[in-house]
Amino acid sequence: MNKREFIAKRAARFFEDGDLVNLGIGMPTLCLNFLPEDVDVWVQSENGVIGLSGSPKEGEEVDIDIVDASGSVSTMRVGGCCFDSFTSFGLIRGGHVAVTVLGAYEVDQEGNLANWSIPGKTVAGMGGAMDLVSGAKKVIITSEHCDKKGNPKILKKCTLPLTAVNEVDYIITELCVLHRTEAGLILEELAPGVSVEEVVSKTDADLIIPDNIKSMV
Amino acid sequence: MTKSKVVSLDTAMEKIKSGQCLMVPGFVNCGVPQTLIAGIIEKGYTDLDIISNNTSVKGKGIGKLVHENRIRHITCSHIGNNTETVEKVVNGEINVTFVPQGTLCERIRAGGAGIGGVLTPTGLGTIMQEGKQILEVDGKAYILELPLRADVALIHAWKADKMGNVIYHRTARNFNQIMASAADYVIVEAEEIVEIGELDPDIIVTPGCLVDMVVQARLEDRDE
Repeated sequence: MNKREFIAKRAARFFEDGDLVNLGIGMPTLCLNFLPEDVDVWVQSENGVIGLSGSPKEGEEVDIDIVDASGSVSTMRVGGCCFDSFTSFGLIRGGHVAVTVLGAYEVDQEGNLANWSIPGKTVAGMGGAMDLVSGAKKVIITSEHCDKKGNPKILKKCTLPLTAVNEVDYIITELCVLHRTEAGLILEELAPGVSVEEVVSKTDADLIIPDNIKSMV
Repeated sequence: MTKSKVVSLDTAMEKIKSGQCLMVPGFVNCGVPQTLIAGIIEKGYTDLDIISNNTSVKGKGIGKLVHENRIRHITCSHIGNNTETVEKVVNGEINVTFVPQGTLCERIRAGGAGIGGVLTPTGLGTIMQEGKQILEVDGKAYILELPLRADVALIHAWKADKMGNVIYHRTARNFNQIMASAADYVIVEAEEIVEIGELDPDIIVTPGCLVDMVVQARLEDRDE
């Protein structure tokens, strides 16, 4: 199992049976490959559908009017339904989505998230990210602990344009699980073979370190 | 006898002018009014102010208007799927105003529903609140977002009857439903045009009273 799969597998354990979940593109979508036994979730996609079921399998009938949040052709489960964008964001903003899992450029100890803009580098736009993070009941960030240059992505204060303020609940990386509370960021779980010191040295935020830290697996 | 709203693409295109504000639905390239876009390209309309969720992908759908330099300004939530749009925005050839997707929906809906604005928590504490009124209701803060309307909305339907009653197919519905309510003139292209009475009244999504013209969508305009 690679780093990304390890993170996705841990994130999937936050899902409860019957949850309506909204998953970002990439690592968050991998969570569906690691659903715990007896847990069945319904995938809501911002473009107006509940019950997306992945790319068409070989030989399966293709309907180009069924796409996922990246615009790629997808399929639907029996029992799924379609609706317009307004209803879709009503579900998202109205607190009807139990969990959203998203990536991050930066996330900080106050639960602030930056994942839509790097001035001078990207002009993609925020799409549905701002609504998702402010509306979903539980916001889980899945991310590699440091960026490609080895710089911490978990900070005291985000430096990039924010997606939302005080909304992140959990941060899951290849090293640990951090729980954002009113008191601060709690180091709740460690990956096998990872020490508290390693996490502290690779994190540019204040961490609350309890006596008993659980294993991520 | 109810009058039919079905017209040729040429006749529909007479309602559009360069410099207008157009609502163009679609999510990436799903549910985009491809035949009406082809009509705009053929007629040479330019300097357009577009309201859309995004700009499809390079050279397809709304991306054709980008490729042919027909857009002056775009109000949308995301352009990342279209590298050419990103390039033209960076070079200053197209101006862009980003709006969070849920807020875009609400602003369009307000524009169509006669509502003076909407209060949303989305974007609080971010650059999205700059220059906007923040209102407190029951101890919670919200951004006041104002309605959006357009001169013309271009709608892609699965089936339309000759009165303009419309149903949509799967995720191709997306922004079509609200955009059909928020423009001074509404042109629908339909994959299939049926007789009045053929669509079950309980499943009609866009009532024909919102629709001014119905055009047959051409299969050859559709990107796969």
